[in-house]
Amino acid sequence: MTFPAPRAAAPQPAGPHRPAPGPAADEGLARRLRALACTAPLHDLDVRKANLAGEYGGYAMAEVALAVIDLVTLHMDFDTGADHDEIVARVLPRIAAQAPHRPSGEHERVARWVLENLVNVGSVDRGFRAVYGTFSTEGEYVRRDYDFKLIEEVPGAGGSVFLRATDEAVNVLVGALDTDVTSAQIAAEVKLEVLVDRGRLADAQLAAEQARYRTVQYAETLRRTLDATRRNVRAVDWLQTVPDMIAEALDHVADRYRHENAILTNIRKARDETEAADDKRGEHKRRAAELVDIVKDCIRRHTQLQSRLLEAGPLFRAEQDRQAFATPAARSGLDLYGQLVAPLLPLPVEQAIRVTDAFFARGTGLRTPTAVRVGDLVDVLLTPPLEREHLGAEMPEPDLVATPDDSRFSEEQLDAAMALLDLPADAPRRLSGLLADARRSDPELPYLVALLAVHAASPPVGTAYRQGEQQLLFAVDDGTELTDPEFGGADLIVGTALLDAAGMAADRSEVA
Amino acid sequence: MTQYDADEVPQQDLGSAAGAAGRSVPAAGTEAVAPAPVTPADAADAARLVAFGLQPKLVPARDAGYAELLRRHRDEPAFARLADAVAAGLGLIVLEVSTRAGMAVAAAEDSVFAVRMGDYARRASSDSADRFLHGLAHLAVAALAFPRPEDLADDGYIGRITVNGVDAFVRQACRRLEERAAQDGENSDPASDAPGLEAAWRIYARRSATGATKDARRLAGSTTGIIAKAVAFLVDSGFLQRTGDDAGGAYRTTARYQLQVRDMAGGAAMTELLELGVVPVADGSASLLPGEDTDALDLVADAGLPFHAP
Repeated sequence: MTFPAPRAAAPQPAGPHRPAPGPAADEGLARRLRALACTAPLHDLDVRKANLAGEYGGYAMAEVALAVIDLVTLHMDFDTGADHDEIVARVLPRIAAQAPHRPSGEHERVARWVLENLVNVGSVDRGFRAVYGTFSTEGEYVRRDYDFKLIEEVPGAGGSVFLRATDEAVNVLVGALDTDVTSAQIAAEVKLEVLVDRGRLADAQLAAEQARYRTVQYAETLRRTLDATRRNVRAVDWLQTVPDMIAEALDHVADRYRHENAILTNIRKARDETEAADDKRGEHKRRAAELVDIVKDCIRRHTQLQSRLLEAGPLFRAEQDRQAFATPAARSGLDLYGQLVAPLLPLPVEQAIRVTDAFFARGTGLRTPTAVRVGDLVDVLLTPPLEREHLGAEMPEPDLVATPDDSRFSEEQLDAAMALLDLPADAPRRLSGLLADARRSDPELPYLVALLAVHAASPPVGTAYRQGEQQLLFAVDDGTELTDPEFGGADLIVGTALLDAAGMAADRSEVA
Repeated sequence: MTQYDADEVPQQDLGSAAGAAGRSVPAAGTEAVAPAPVTPADAADAARLVAFGLQPKLVPARDAGYAELLRRHRDEPAFARLADAVAAGLGLIVLEVSTRAGMAVAAAEDSVFAVRMGDYARRASSDSADRFLHGLAHLAVAALAFPRPEDLADDGYIGRITVNGVDAFVRQACRRLEERAAQDGENSDPASDAPGLEAAWRIYARRSATGATKDARRLAGSTTGIIAKAVAFLVDSGFLQRTGDDAGGAYRTTARYQLQVRDMAGGAAMTELLELGVVPVADGSASLLPGEDTDALDLVADAGLPFHAP
């Protein structure tokens, strides 16, 4: 008998300590290669101008391109960028100065050609790609694609398109000229260094890791609680403990999410803007990159936990419906744990074995004995082994189970309950009275009435509105305790609310 | 019994076999309704129905012939008796005949279809600890599949278990017994010359939950290995269906398993326990409750154990 190979272990809550990235020098090299790649499109312009039909040799395309990027950068603020025509108009004087004797239509064609090439209109993703290589932590040489853009088009207000210089363009192509950008970069480096020197980065990392551990714990507790709920709703305290736990976990998620997004934004900036100029800064950069990875993982886990937390309530209600409103078993069941396993374990093994043997003998099912004929055996032994085809594992046939009709209540009972709950709009009633009435006609009916009343506590107003219902059953809790032999909880006031069907219809037609 | 033609069916055997199956219908009642003689074709059909029942993974909904024979079993008392008699003659006990469970038959103790511990696990016949662990694994799987008495009684209930979950559940019960023993200050170490007197929970607690193997398979002698074997065996018996690979393998129960545990195994084990003079008292409420902190317990990963014994 074969068993599936054990799967990869679940991620450890304490956080994966991934191997340190390659030496800082290599990291710096990769960085410079990327920076170098950013200038390639500009050189390319001067190379390709010869291919254009016409006399374009007199134009210095790289100069025009740098001018365009400068213009775009200067025109850019946080919301909008420059628009195509504006840039073309502003770069025209420079182009005209390069070739004063050429017609102005050609100047404009040059400006547009340069701009389109900086956007790289011809490519699918309107960007550039450079390939460079690094050594991985295992010492393996890995080729990597570096995708970047110089000028990107962003949607502006009213469907217009604006141009923005990308970070790459700003850092590499403008950075050398624009003192503002350079000082921002230095500031980021200083900021990161201060963070590291004062141990703030380590603190942030520790906090993030602890928060992640806490999140994993919450997720584990929640999963355990939900598993227990699936088996037995009453085994879990859904009145106090679990709602408290869920609220606490949600607070935790909200708090950490805010916190970690802030860290992510700041540190990512620090990571990307810091140059790994020397070993010390390379180390800082590595630490920052590590922190970004941890924080990203934290955020992923928080999001996961949050979505699970939101599912917990509906699951509880579904299980409550299934278990609490299920028909009580007609026969008394055997409590396998309480009556067999628990008393068995403390026994001496020679006695316990008698019980387990008895269970095994009757609880394992049957096996049809194989009967072998000598003739078949000879055939089997002489058959050459079949070549196994590499078609993969055989697909198991799915076992479809017909869903039984497990309606607890009959149509008649539903009709009776609905008749009972068909209350005049001006005379709501107490649930206790309704239950007593229901019990007089049918011992099963109170369950259905209670179920309908509980559902009416959160009436489907939206549905009623859409369907243009005339009236709606509702239930309100005014704090009175329900005294009933079978049910507990609040003695709801159940009544019928009249809906303004005509008004709603008018509203709907207006919306439509 | 008079409706059977003596030439076609050996009347004497049939009568006693049907009686043994405990399903014989008063002859007078059927005689009045359908005195049609039983033909060899009927006997062949009855045997075919039992043969279907011997293929536990076969679902009636997927085999029209099976479903038709089940319908005959339900509608024709004479045919039903014939099929029950065939089963009884083969040493089978009919648990239920229905469209959901099919012809659910269980092997009688001395039947050729019965599973013997020695065939199940070779070590188990010589080593009493292994024998106990294999039996306990089956019991624990059933206990976790049907945690509440209601679940075992409710025909519509489908239990879900995982291999690691079962291991963690037994391990936790053992742990509590160990703590209790430590509190009482008793020395639970067994005397070396009387290994049979060692407390049962110690056998389980002593066995490692898992272990590394050369070919990355589950260590057969570990407790998860033993449970995985039990679960795989139950799948082959048509008692469980694999639903996923979570936590060492996730499974759900079938109607047949519930019948087998409820009508056969549970009662038999209970009888043995009572004969040992242990009278477990239960008030019908759930005895399995959500687990407390399991961090200290070095359980297998993703055990996902929701319960502990109160």
